[in-house]
Amino acid sequence: MKRIKTLTNKTLNSTVVKGGCGECQTSCQSACKTSCTVGNQSCENK
Amino acid sequence: MVHQYKNNGYNIVLDVCSGSVHVVDDLVYDMIAMYEEKTKEEIAEAIRERYGDEYSLEDIYEAYSDIEELKSMGQLFTEDVYKDVIIDFKKRQTVVKALCLHIAHDCNLACKYCFADEGEYHGKKRELMSLEVGKKAIDFLIENSGNRVNLEVDFFGGEPLMNFDVVKEIVAYGRSKEKEANKNFRFTLTTNGVLLNDDVVEFCNKEISNVVLSLDGRQCVNDVMRPTRNGKGSYDVIVPKFQDFVSKRGDKSYYVRGTFTRNNLDFVEDFKLMTELGFKEISIEPVVAPDDADYAIREEDLETIYKEYDKLALDIIERHKSGKPVTFFHYMLDLQGGPCVYKRLSGCGSGTEYLAVTPTGELYPCHQFVGIDEFEMGNVFEGIKKPEIVDDFKLCNVYAKDKCKDCFARFYCSGGCAANSYQFHGSILDAYDIGCKLQQKRVECAIMIKAALADLEEGEL
Repeated sequence: MKRIKTLTNKTLNSTVVKGGCGECQTSCQSACKTSCTVGNQSCENK
Repeated sequence: MVHQYKNNGYNIVLDVCSGSVHVVDDLVYDMIAMYEEKTKEEIAEAIRERYGDEYSLEDIYEAYSDIEELKSMGQLFTEDVYKDVIIDFKKRQTVVKALCLHIAHDCNLACKYCFADEGEYHGKKRELMSLEVGKKAIDFLIENSGNRVNLEVDFFGGEPLMNFDVVKEIVAYGRSKEKEANKNFRFTLTTNGVLLNDDVVEFCNKEISNVVLSLDGRQCVNDVMRPTRNGKGSYDVIVPKFQDFVSKRGDKSYYVRGTFTRNNLDFVEDFKLMTELGFKEISIEPVVAPDDADYAIREEDLETIYKEYDKLALDIIERHKSGKPVTFFHYMLDLQGGPCVYKRLSGCGSGTEYLAVTPTGELYPCHQFVGIDEFEMGNVFEGIKKPEIVDDFKLCNVYAKDKCKDCFARFYCSGGCAANSYQFHGSILDAYDIGCKLQQKRVECAIMIKAALADLEEGEL
């Protein structure tokens, strides 16, 4: 595709099956404490 | 749902529900915007009208087939199919996996924007957590965490180092329980730095997986909002201590965390100063303050802040280019290995898997609800006494919030902060509007940075 560069081909849909283990860090414990940010968290169940 | 925007010369297409991100040229960008409304032939006609002979019919049809291919691969125009799984997920029995221990409801600074009222939390007494309460909190967490292995305990305040001996003993107690309980504790601590000394540094580097160091940036900015209790600035006291701390931190995690207010909407200058001081992991957050506070962010400030976020994004890219990258918390984004969709849509966990504990052991949904009587849920001695509060928070997810339904950023903020929602609208199922707009802008910038770094890797920048 010469006019399109795809940065990620992992789709969120694929995480429905394996996801939800809950071992990842609670978002507010990292640095914010006044907002809610989860997009920058890592999965611990790869 | 597709979200398109242009930033720093990149045409970015985010397929919201799959999380796919595409960087496209002008032709594809315009065609994607028309794709759902027009036929192939109508799109071709509109493109020829807009661009004249710049693109041949062959170009246009080839681009069209590429768009269709992405759609067939589930990377464009995907539907939101998660509602039922998230609602079922949230109905499940929850376990507690993280506690925010209010180790000291007291503080040696008098920061003007402090949501904790300098440790008093809505007029409550200034007091320190006893070791007995701390141990019970650890026991409560182990007992209520089911099969979860990784448990988090944050030492928070007020200023937690005002009760450092108890912090150390709670950590030792937690460690002594890890093996028999099959748990792995991750301790974190947030400090204003005033009481940092060699003992604290050594302890933190051994036991505390992440330390948040509070500094607002330039001296003139920091000292206005973060004075000592007798009205002097804190900058000269804390900066050398933070520098010493970070120089000994090795590869362990820390954040220098600032708050920007209406008084320093040019917060990139504060970010730059932090880098000049030698800090490489930085977070600067917008203040959340009542509308009548003179330092509160207002709707009319948004355009200025957007430009500042753009400027910050360019700065981050330049630092990558020069081989001296700096992390900005809100621009971190893991496109390939980020969290699962459950995490992304089910909220921060406050009131269910994340609770705050006061110095005397009362439980609240999170640190920001502490001191609001209607949210007191129980205590570490008797457990949860008001399960209905847990149930209310269980329902808190992006599908329960009208404002989130059509928002492209909902997979990145998880529906926003329940406490902010409550503060501005009296309900945990709403959203703090200014916070949402800033979050959206940060997500756009973070994705643009990813596009630029991809170019950098390919030698195109």
